[in-house]
Amino acid sequence: MKIFVCVGSSCHLKGSYHILEAFKQAVSENQLEDQIVLSAAFCLGQCRDGVSIKLDDEIVTGLSLETFDQIWQTKVLPALGN
Amino acid sequence: MSRFDSNIQVVKNELLTAVCHYAREGSLMQNLHEIPKEIMPKGAHTARCCIYKGRAILSERVALALTTKGAYDSVIEVIDIACDDCPESGFEINENCRGCLAHRCIDVCPKDAIEVVNKKAHINKDKCVDCGKCQAACPFSAVTNRVRPCEQACKIGAISKSPTGEAQIDRAKCISCGACAYQCPFGAISDRSFLTETIELLEYQKQHGDRPVFALVAPTIASQCTEHSLTQVVAAIKQCGFHAVIEAALGADIVADMEAREWAEAGFLTNSCCPAYVEYVERFFPELKQYISHSPSPMVVMGRILKERHPDAKVVFIGPCTAKKVEFQKQAFKDAIDNVITFEELQAVFDCYQIDFDHLDDSPLDQASYFGRIFARSGGLTTALNQAMIENQLETSTLKPVICDGIEECRMALLKASRGVLKENFIEGMACVSGCIGGAGNVTHGPKERAQVDRYAAQAMEKKILDTIRIMKQ
Repeated sequence: MKIFVCVGSSCHLKGSYHILEAFKQAVSENQLEDQIVLSAAFCLGQCRDGVSIKLDDEIVTGLSLETFDQIWQTKVLPALGN
Repeated sequence: MSRFDSNIQVVKNELLTAVCHYAREGSLMQNLHEIPKEIMPKGAHTARCCIYKGRAILSERVALALTTKGAYDSVIEVIDIACDDCPESGFEINENCRGCLAHRCIDVCPKDAIEVVNKKAHINKDKCVDCGKCQAACPFSAVTNRVRPCEQACKIGAISKSPTGEAQIDRAKCISCGACAYQCPFGAISDRSFLTETIELLEYQKQHGDRPVFALVAPTIASQCTEHSLTQVVAAIKQCGFHAVIEAALGADIVADMEAREWAEAGFLTNSCCPAYVEYVERFFPELKQYISHSPSPMVVMGRILKERHPDAKVVFIGPCTAKKVEFQKQAFKDAIDNVITFEELQAVFDCYQIDFDHLDDSPLDQASYFGRIFARSGGLTTALNQAMIENQLETSTLKPVICDGIEECRMALLKASRGVLKENFIEGMACVSGCIGGAGNVTHGPKERAQVDRYAAQAMEKKILDTIRIMKQ
């Protein structure tokens, strides 16, 4: 699975870097390095609601450090079949 | 964004806006001959001798505005019929001469070219070498130097008078900095425009939706937002149909980091970010070409990053620079950038899409650090390089930079370097005086622009270069 974290201006100001770091940590803790490719993308076109990410072709908005765990559990892990 | 410095830009804007309008409608070719008539209808005022000449000049401008991407190694053109064949008599004595007793002009002249005729000084043109010492010596301002504004602007001597009187550009010398185009009081020199290709990219995306167009903006934008705030201008760019607005200054952060390590390894370096300066080194000092940094310019670095992450994307660079229009067409950089327009041309895009600035939501612009952003003005690159060395824990005490503000200062440093007598070991070369904020493609030029760039730079969320570029390492 490819995960793109948006680093457009709005997302950057809302903390894209910390989200990217959170993903890195989660990938490493769950030993998913073989299954997830992390990358930064420039503007996914959803500039209003928190940091946006793209999970393969699905755009998920509203990420923050508070909502990260929930999105990891409800979006990322199920998409991996875990 | 504020309105223009000169009336020439106003005329150019009116024309470019009309060209954009028809390009947007897809009816440009049918209306090519209508544009001059629309802009200069029957009875319109013209500074030219007659309306027919006025329209003929506008037709030439239309032709320049229709340039399509190819392999132009210079984008500055003389519109010969617009050139007023300005007199160029060099130093002359004017009516202020009082025929004084001291006649310092005569004493100071190294060629004995000045004599007194009918109680007034007179310069013998056969002897005069245009050194200007008489002008400096005269207390009555009685010596004038009549030089063509284009030749005065071109500090590398690429412009001369053709046998028929109009200005001509030596293609082997021209570095496309655009100084002459900005200075010509008759608007007889102009940069080619690739603007219609930008309009086509935007319109294609509106119809098909599979090629998002990214606007990659130069940090000089901070000096161009006087009528509207930067966040409004960013929103306006998006309103025109651009998918997102990205700071080229992030590329500058990356370049500063690369150049810091490159300098530490090589011990002598000059920058690659100013395309007119790079052209100048390559053409006039080919022996120094090896010292130009191997990192591509911030524009190219960012274009490649954008395309790597968004393979379907089109990238349009928007900046103050006419020489970038040559750079993006080069074989080596074709993959990175699809089109280049100036801030002057961006204004025509706004006018074409009739952007209502009063009803736009603010849109932020923040990717780069303070240091990437100050690349827009002279000295910024050197400050950024120094910072990148500190952050990379490289020894900075041996870095001895020379900051060359404008192509004349560049020439001095390069001459010394070519003879092995330059004391410094890093040359910051900027072809335009003041750096990019002095660029020919800007809408305005003013004394406060350096401070505007610095203020915008200070607002960057990330304060350090490595903190800024760490996200790109993913």
